[in-house]
Parts: sequence; structure tokens; C-alpha cells
Amino acid sequence: MSNRTPAAMADAATLATAADQEAETRKASSIELRGLHKRFGADAVALDGVDLSIRAGEFFTLLGPSGCGKTTLLRILAGLEEPDQGTLVVGDKELTEVPPHRRSVNTVFQSYALFPHLSVRDNLAFGLKMRGLPAGERDARVDEIAAFIKLGDLVERRVDQLSGGQRQRIALARALVCEPDVLLLDEPLSALDAGLRAQLQVELQRLQKRLGMTFVFVTHDQDEAMVMSDRIAVLDSGNIQQVGAPSEVYERPANAFVARFMGHENLFAIHAREDAWVQTDIGWLQLVPGEQDSTPGDWLLVRPETLEISDTVPEGYNHLAGVVQERLYRGSRIEYVLEVNGHALMVVASNLGQRVHQAGDAVTISVCPEDLVTVAA
Amino acid sequence: MPGTSPHLMRRRAVVAETRHLLFSVGPGALWITLFLVLPSAYLMGVAFMTNGPYGLPEMPLTLDAFERLAGFGFLGWSPGNLYTLLRSLWQTLLSTTLVVIVAYPIAYYITTCRERWRPIMLLAVVVPSWTNQVIRTFGWMNLLAPGTPLSELAEWLGLIAPNMGLYPSNFAVTLGLVYNFLPFMVLPLYAAFEKLDGAQVEAAQDLYASPVRAFRHAVFPQTLPGLLAGIVLVAIPAFGMYVIPELLGGGKAMMLGNLVATQFSGGSNWPLGAAGAILMLIATFIGLFAMRRIGKRLGGGEEVVI
Repeated sequence: MSNRTPAAMADAATLATAADQEAETRKASSIELRGLHKRFGADAVALDGVDLSIRAGEFFTLLGPSGCGKTTLLRILAGLEEPDQGTLVVGDKELTEVPPHRRSVNTVFQSYALFPHLSVRDNLAFGLKMRGLPAGERDARVDEIAAFIKLGDLVERRVDQLSGGQRQRIALARALVCEPDVLLLDEPLSALDAGLRAQLQVELQRLQKRLGMTFVFVTHDQDEAMVMSDRIAVLDSGNIQQVGAPSEVYERPANAFVARFMGHENLFAIHAREDAWVQTDIGWLQLVPGEQDSTPGDWLLVRPETLEISDTVPEGYNHLAGVVQERLYRGSRIEYVLEVNGHALMVVASNLGQRVHQAGDAVTISVCPEDLVTVAA
Repeated sequence: MPGTSPHLMRRRAVVAETRHLLFSVGPGALWITLFLVLPSAYLMGVAFMTNGPYGLPEMPLTLDAFERLAGFGFLGWSPGNLYTLLRSLWQTLLSTTLVVIVAYPIAYYITTCRERWRPIMLLAVVVPSWTNQVIRTFGWMNLLAPGTPLSELAEWLGLIAPNMGLYPSNFAVTLGLVYNFLPFMVLPLYAAFEKLDGAQVEAAQDLYASPVRAFRHAVFPQTLPGLLAGIVLVAIPAFGMYVIPELLGGGKAMMLGNLVATQFSGGSNWPLGAAGAILMLIATFIGLFAMRRIGKRLGGGEEVVI
């Protein structure tokens, strides 16, 4: 079942090297989406007015839970779905009404959607054949891309003789060989096991950098999005919640939804404020004076890796008293669940050889005001 | 210890193997021998015998029946039997083609329906074939006879001469065949369509195929096994069909099946009937062989099981 054979790993590792040798500047296109609306039936709103600018040559990720509209957005880019309202411009071409077969946009489908009645070679050549390339040129381009993804010895096989990882790369190559202006990827790694998946995340990101092609990637996995993307758009119920670099989205989430979706658990309601001080469930905490302009309805985000368990509190730091409830030893880091003022607080400490606390230990936690972030509701 | 001698052990193994073979393959082989091989051999023998005074086969062996079948009679050569053969081939080709044209969209349409409706739709296709074929054919006689609305309409459109009716005619036979064999094409085609992944059609369009070319290159080849199976299920029985041409053709649209049946039922000439049956068998084998070749070529060298 596992694709993590040494050969598969080695193949994946050489993929980017091959891309490097191949390196040639390809045209990349920007994407402009304006006021996109899409609903399915009477009350299923998939997109509720989406405006988005994707830069040329960018690895852009649409991130959100299932049903947030990210796949609908991708399908509108591919032309497989038509928006009810709004416009789509790729490069300098208005594509809103253009059918999929007239767009220089190719897709790597979640299910791969390889053609089972065709050999790997004919699958790879499909787009070129439909574009009317002569057979000789087609063969040359297919051999080139097959060698490029290190699957040259598989081209005469049938699709059902391939492993999951091989199919994934054939699906990728089938789209890449057409050299589209934009490559769309619909959760292409979700069917792979964790090891190969992590490997391919890195390879795919390197490949994109070397090809300089605009990639639009859809996923529901925030770790995958952060590892691969130049920028991320977080979607929820048909609306864009935030667009930004992975660090911005993770460290300064625009609202509580984004914060929770990015995996933050230490979110506390702000009950009251006095100057730079806020009152939360875990107590009074000081923010950077004048910098935060939150209102009492907002939330305070405390990132677990910014907290420190220590007897000495540095000057100007906040300090809280808590009791260790749970300890998870993860090797490189140790995760603690503390009880502070009757509420759970997560702390992540790098394993630097300091004292490991036990459940029941009373500890002091300190946090720098600059690491505290207020988040809109 | 005689039980452990190598010779005896090998012997026992052979006995066990033989017994296993006898019980597993035996009943099937017996069935095929009793009901296929022996009757065919008998038929083959009859075809080479002399036609007796009461239409029953007699010795000596002769090729008379095949000469008669080829059209050589007491009055020299007549093209009657050749016409019957050609008409059978033409009716088979025409009705099978029409069945494909009608069944293909039906099968596709059923796969686009909601899942809970599909069994009902399939049932609607299949249920008529549960009624006796003769009764259904009589139904068509009533619908196509002179003076019925359909015949009047055809007359008004100038398709047929006044008071002729649509039945009996070659057209009525074709219609009867198409109607009768439709389910045998819809079911295998439906099975082929149902296996098809909708994302592949989108992938084809994404890869620059217009809707027509997406169908031609992504959909059609995948329905080919179902289509070939359907053609075999329709064409072979249609070729030997007896009831429909008998009832709807009214004597002027005779097919090979009717020719054979007449030779046996009227008691007129068993050897000739047997020769006709052998001709049908040979034609069927040629047809099957051709289908395999076509299937292989269209299927990209892949074996299409019929």
C-alpha cells in the first residue's frame, strides 16, 4: 500500500533537480477575480462576492474547510463552472465566458482523472493531441516530460499498473506538458500517505519556483498551505477571510475563524480594557501600548510557542500562574496543557534540556506584550 | 507399509485429481455434450443426407441440401434463398445500428439520473421484455395495420401507398426487431457508462478537447466493451429471428430463421433446414470473429471480452 519505497522517494527527490536542469523562463500569468458570485440551487451559496488578485509566477493557495467555496473557485478558473456574476481575467485575457478547452489553464484533479483506456504515453499526449500538434512533436514532448518527472520507463504502461504516487506525477505531468499560463491543483496530494505527501509538498514547491509558472493550489490542510505557498487565501462560507503570506496568516490572523483554522487553540474573549491592559478568562494581560486598537468584543490570541515556563519573569513581561494538567513529550518539543484561572492554556516549549514539568506542578508562565495579538470576532 | 510407497502415493494423487476433475468439470461437460455437441453433430449429419418422400432424411449421403440452399432446384437456379440470406443480413445490420442509435442516449441519460431513480428507469426498459414476445409482436401488428393512426399518418405524409398499412412490410420487421432488442443494448451500455468517472470528461475538456472531441476520445472508447457486448447480444439473435419476420413481415419479408423453420415444421425438407441452420451457425461465427477483431483494433490492442 505504501508508496514510500526508497525508489519512489529517490524519484521524488530528483524531480526538482531535473526541473533545475530544465530551467527555462516560461510565461506566467496574473489572475484577477472581481465580484464572483456562485450559488447552487436556492440556498447553497458557494461564492459570495470574491475579489482576488493572484500575481504572475506565484504559488497561491486557496485554504478552507470543505464547503467553503475553494473548489468552486478553482473550477471557475478552469472553466468547468460558470460564475453567476463577476469577471475573471488571466494575463490580459478576459476568460469569464471562455469554455475550458479554449483556456491555457490546466488542472491536476484530486482523483487524477487519468484515462484508463489509454497508455501513460497517450495520457500525457492528450492535451497536445487536442491542440493539434503533429505526432512526432507530441512524442518528443512526452518523452521529455516523462524523463523530466523520472517516469520515462513507465510511458508504455497502462494507468492501472501504476502506484498512487506514480499516478499523481503522471497527472501533474499531463497538465505541465501543455505549458499552461496557469496550473490548477485540486488537493492533488490528499490521496497519498503522509511520508510521500511531505516529500512531494517540497518538490512541488521547488518545481513551481523553477518553472516560474503561476500555481493555484487548493487544500484544507493548513500545514500543507504554509509549507508550499507564497500567499494563502483563507475562505469560509464563500467569502475570503484573509489573504497574506503564510507568516501573516498564521501570526496575525484577521479574525477568530482564521485563527482557529490555522490551528490556534489559545483564543480568549476580551471582557474589558484599560489603556494597554485587557481582561480575559486567564487574567489581565498587558499589550504594547498604543499599538492595539481592539474593542471588548474581540479575542486575544496567545501563541503557545511564545509562552515560557520560568521562575524568573523578564522586565515588562506578563506573568501568569498555572498548574500543569497534561504533558505531551514530542521529542523536539514538549507540549503542556496548563490550567490558568480555571481555563486551559496550551504551551509549547522547545526541548532544550530544561526542566520537564510534571502533571500537578505549579508553574509561572511569562509572555512578551509584543507576542500578544488581538483578533476580530 | 504399502500406504507410503511412492508409486502408490502417485497413483492416489492421480485418482484424486481425476475425481476432482470429474466432479468440477463433469456436469458442465455432460450438459454441453448432451444439448449442444450431439444435436449439432446430428444436424450436421442430417444436412448431408437425402430428402426422403415425406421430407425426412434418408441415406445415401449427398450435397443436395446445400445445392438447394444455394438456389439450384428442379427448375434451375432461383435467387429466392440468396435474397432471404441477404435480407437477413441487411435486417440484422439495420436493426442493430438503429438499436445502438436509440440505446446509447437512453443508457447515458439513465446514468445522469439521481441514483434512486436509476433502478426504476432500468426496470422501465426491461419490463416489456418480460411479456411474451409473440404477444408484443401482435401488439405491433395492431398498431401498424392499415387504418390505424400510425398508418394513416404515414399515408398522409406520402410514405406508403393508400390502404397499404405499415404492416406487413420490411419496415415493420425492422421496427419489431429494434423494439425487441433494445433492452439487450441498453443494459451493457448502462454498465459501461456507470463505470465512467465524470472527472475524466472534465479532464478531457481541461486538456483542450471540445465537448464533441471529449466524447470521441474520453467517453466513447470506454463504452466500447459495453457496445460490442450489446451488438453481439442483439445481432446474433436478430439474425436468426423467427417470430418477428413471421408475424410482421407477412411472407414477403422472410428471414433465414423462417426458411429453416418452414423446412422442419411443414415437414417439407429436413436436410435443407439443417443446411440452413449450419449456414446460420457459420455466419454467426464469422460475425463473432469480426467483432473480436474490431474490438481489438478500436480498443487499442486491448482484448475486449465478448
